Amino acid sequence: MLNKASFAERGFDYFNTVLMVLLMVLTVYPLIYVVFASVSDAGSLMGHKGILWRPIGFSLDAYTNVFRNPMILKGYGNTLFVVLIGLMLNIMLTSFGAYALSRKSLQYRKPLMLFIIFTMFFSGGLIPLYLTVKGAGLIDSLWALIIPQAINTFNLILMKTAFEAIPDALEESAKIDGANDFVILFKIVLPLSMPVIAVMLLYYGVSHWNSWFQAMIFLQERSLYPLQLVLREILLQGEATANSGASDGDAAMLAATLKYATIIVATVPILCVYPFLQKYFVKGALIGAIKG
Amino acid sequence: MRFRMGLLLDIRKNKLLYVMLLPVLLYYVVFHYVPMYGAVIAFKDFTPRLGIWGSDWVGFEHFREFFTGPYFWRTIKNTVLISFYQLLFGFPAPIILALLLNELKHAVFKRTMQTVTYMPHFISLIVICGILKDFTSSEGVINDVIAFFGGERLTFLLEPSLFRTVYVSSGIWQNIGWGTIIFLAALTGIDQEQYEAATIDGAGRWKQMMHVTLPGLMPTIIILLILEIGRMMNVGFEKIILLYNPGTYETADVISSYVYRVGLQDFNYSFSSAVGLFNSVINFALLISSNWLSRKFNDTSLW
Repeated sequence: MLNKASFAERGFDYFNTVLMVLLMVLTVYPLIYVVFASVSDAGSLMGHKGILWRPIGFSLDAYTNVFRNPMILKGYGNTLFVVLIGLMLNIMLTSFGAYALSRKSLQYRKPLMLFIIFTMFFSGGLIPLYLTVKGAGLIDSLWALIIPQAINTFNLILMKTAFEAIPDALEESAKIDGANDFVILFKIVLPLSMPVIAVMLLYYGVSHWNSWFQAMIFLQERSLYPLQLVLREILLQGEATANSGASDGDAAMLAATLKYATIIVATVPILCVYPFLQKYFVKGALIGAIKG
Repeated sequence: MRFRMGLLLDIRKNKLLYVMLLPVLLYYVVFHYVPMYGAVIAFKDFTPRLGIWGSDWVGFEHFREFFTGPYFWRTIKNTVLISFYQLLFGFPAPIILALLLNELKHAVFKRTMQTVTYMPHFISLIVICGILKDFTSSEGVINDVIAFFGGERLTFLLEPSLFRTVYVSSGIWQNIGWGTIIFLAALTGIDQEQYEAATIDGAGRWKQMMHVTLPGLMPTIIILLILEIGRMMNVGFEKIILLYNPGTYETADVISSYVYRVGLQDFNYSFSSAVGLFNSVINFALLISSNWLSRKFNDTSLW
């Protein structure tokens, strides 16, 4: 009896491990394929059919072309600008809000919180938002990708929850020493909240890096396009050849690998960062799943 | 009046806190409450020259146009069906994965699995849809494999009958790992003594999973299910508009993508706002009721 059970259980363990490995392959393979295709020789790749087990030939031409493409370089620059300036604004405003709303001395924090949370339940809709941003004179400006995204309510709640967990005693002793709220926030609360700040940097950073819709509706000027919008033209609208500057036949061939190289260049920065923050964002996602 | 006096007193007492709150509240007013006010153009014939306030009132004209128009049932049906399939296939997927991860004995392997399955959550939608389009194209990898086994090549994204399948299954790929986080956390909350008692009673691992682990997850499952149902009419347009095309509108076009197309491609601002407002009101009602329900089951809710 005991033997039979343990036999079945061992069988389950094998089955489970195989299943997990399969899922891992299924998750990672699309990216591996893209990596292989990006370093393949363009001509040989076009003749290849089916799954890629390794690069077909080897060539870094696609990457040279990515870094020669003015739109991609410009897009990189625009995205970096939005991410850096955006993150500064995000962290500043979110911590201001989270700090103020986590103070028990603030008598009106319940109604103020309600005022903020209500926006998670009800929105004016796409067109009214578009008209508001237009009315604010932000059309065709990178600020249209920064200011309307200044605070994410879900992140604000996350940070507020983290601030509330800091013992009051610290704050009170600082107050006795004559510290005002700004001093307490910058000298005591923020230094004690590095994990939640890491999560904020990751969440806000990823959302800026990956955002494209706002850029699509708020920007007409192509030189302002962020990376994702350039990527959209290359991947989904098939315009890779437009700026590559090569002759037609070569261009069509290069377009095939350029597409893959662009994906890698645009995705790798984030994939290099997130595993190191896993411990923190798991906790963040947890609070989020309950509250949001 | 008393509210206002109290507020003034609060502001005087917490001057610096209100200094911090000022830009925060300003942000919410400008980018959330002003657009809510702007939604009145749903009841007007908006012309940019006259502005929101100056445009003529038309009452419920745009709503009537939508309700009686050809796309009302189509967009409702597509929204509900996509949500329904997501619920049916997408909702259980992370639960099953969490249960299986929980059975892994090798800690490093388990952690690696988690890191790997979180990955799609961080990849941009543009890249995901780009890869999807590339893989499912008639000369793409998936078709190469189908052809290898003697099947017929299909251009997935041009087939109306396959749109939901592609949308929902790629959604599972995107979310299965990230979705396990909450269930894995709930698993650590299960009382270890229950497992010991079950072992003494002779329950094997399968029985323990069915009679201890799963019931332990139930409260979390129910709450998330209720909240998910509350988001039933809220299918985002971003992935839809990246994947659909006029040939697949009949199965792909949801309310939000319709709002986008009519508003920002056809510049029919008022009509689009009416459809959007209709959707917002439904979402609001569903969310409030699901939130209320989840509070009845458990004290987890936003309010």
